[in-house]
Amino acid sequence: MQFITDRKRATGRGSAHSGTEHHRYMQISAVGLALIVPTFLYIFGSALGAGHAEVLAVFSRPIPAIVTGLMLVIGMQHFRKGMQVVFEDYTYHSTRKVLILITTILSYGLTATGLFALVKLAL
Amino acid sequence: MADTNPRARPLSPHLTIYRTQLTSIASILNRLTGISLIVAAFLAVWWLLAAATSPAAYDLANGFVTSWFGDLVMTLSLWALWYHYLGGLRHLLFDAGHGLEVETAEKLGWAVIAGSVILTILTLFIIQ
Repeated sequence: MQFITDRKRATGRGSAHSGTEHHRYMQISAVGLALIVPTFLYIFGSALGAGHAEVLAVFSRPIPAIVTGLMLVIGMQHFRKGMQVVFEDYTYHSTRKVLILITTILSYGLTATGLFALVKLAL
Repeated sequence: MADTNPRARPLSPHLTIYRTQLTSIASILNRLTGISLIVAAFLAVWWLLAAATSPAAYDLANGFVTSWFGDLVMTLSLWALWYHYLGGLRHLLFDAGHGLEVETAEKLGWAVIAGSVILTILTLFIIQ
């Protein structure tokens, strides 16, 4: 064992084979969301319950459309990866695989649907 | 390595006999609020898609979201979002190696709980 170098020991980056990439993504997206969420809450919260014409007007402006788009993409990826850890912690074997698969489909599906709606509202 | 000589091994304290601590509650709540935010995500995307579809579809989605039940779900989601927000910042601080002393960690836990309630009320005032 003492003949193995530190470099060799790090190669392959652990049992997950992805090293700290997952954790790093969660940290970076968390910082991003910390900036996006307050703005999104203000825009979305103000638009919620407004008339149809006003909602169309709000989301055809650049800032509301861009912030909502960012919230959708980064928020759902943060959710997908977070749920992956939850399932890795509490479920095993096929159940785990199926639940992670469902979460992945759900996350990308919601993102795509939301982005389609945003594009249609904005244009 | 596989245990070739199975015998009675000491078990780590089980959740049911482990004394509840603020830090564990804060951690569990962080996870639960994160998971539960999918409800608000569904409602928000439905609302957006309805607004993009037709005034009739929008009235249905908007009517649900602003009903007393919709208001309840959205207000709880707002609290969950702020809790997860502050809890996440607390975890970023922990990751950086700060605030890990028991006393500080507990103070931060209380700050997250109180802060999430305050920010929820503040947000409701600002957006209404």
